[in-house]
Amino acid sequence: MEGEIIAILLQYLKAFAVGGTICLIAQVVINFTDLSAGKILVYFMLAGVVLTAIGLYQPLVEFAGAGATVPISGFGYLLASGAMKGAEKGFFSAVTGSLAAASAGVTAAVVFSFLMALIFKAKIKRS
Amino acid sequence: MTGKTRENYNKNYLNYVKTQNPPTNHFRNCIAAFGVGGLICCIGQFIRYMLSYVGLTGDELAGATSIVLIFLGCLLTGFGVYDRIGRHAGAGSIVPITGFANSVASPAIEFKTEGWIFGMAAKMFTVAGPIIVFGVFSGVIVGLIYLFI
Repeated sequence: MEGEIIAILLQYLKAFAVGGTICLIAQVVINFTDLSAGKILVYFMLAGVVLTAIGLYQPLVEFAGAGATVPISGFGYLLASGAMKGAEKGFFSAVTGSLAAASAGVTAAVVFSFLMALIFKAKIKRS
Repeated sequence: MTGKTRENYNKNYLNYVKTQNPPTNHFRNCIAAFGVGGLICCIGQFIRYMLSYVGLTGDELAGATSIVLIFLGCLLTGFGVYDRIGRHAGAGSIVPITGFANSVASPAIEFKTEGWIFGMAAKMFTVAGPIIVFGVFSGVIVGLIYLFI
């Protein structure tokens, strides 16, 4: 029982460290290049796709769990691993596999944003 | 005023603006990004544990976790809380999937005054659109590469 609690806490610690480090890298990139948020998201997503394709991201996901899947590079991981799984089945799945794997995220973002737009009014931004 | 002096005028003005901006505290915003980003990932891990008790596994568990996180991101954006976190956390709030949700929900709420179709629905994808475009394109390339090797 005690060992189990320690294992769970360790898993949180790993998620915190790896997820925090990915965000830290992004912050350093922003500090030195003044890239906008949209470009950062695209570059990190593409980095996730490339790292997954060359087989480096899968071990990170197994090590850090949510620490690797929650950042946007995890979205890239989802796309690439979906495509790689699809490629085993054939041509059609190889082409459609990536978006099929990411469909949950895209659907959730669209549906919830639509609902929020129905409910909320734009806030006046205070700087 | 000729074009050249106008250019200098703009340049001088931009330099002036730069001197008036508060200097970015690199160390502090790096720590903030690390802390907030790590914390959001921990919340993700917590949701994963909770959902695994419900009986979800594998891809379903990962999908459900990101759905819950995206819901939270959208909800906090609606309440205007997420922008306030983002002002202090920088990349710590942009890079996690909740930041992706924020980038979809925020223009959707803001531009609904310009109409539902070309306001809300079209502006929803100003940031998420490029991510989906490059994501799908690179995903297809990866799929085809793995198909032929």
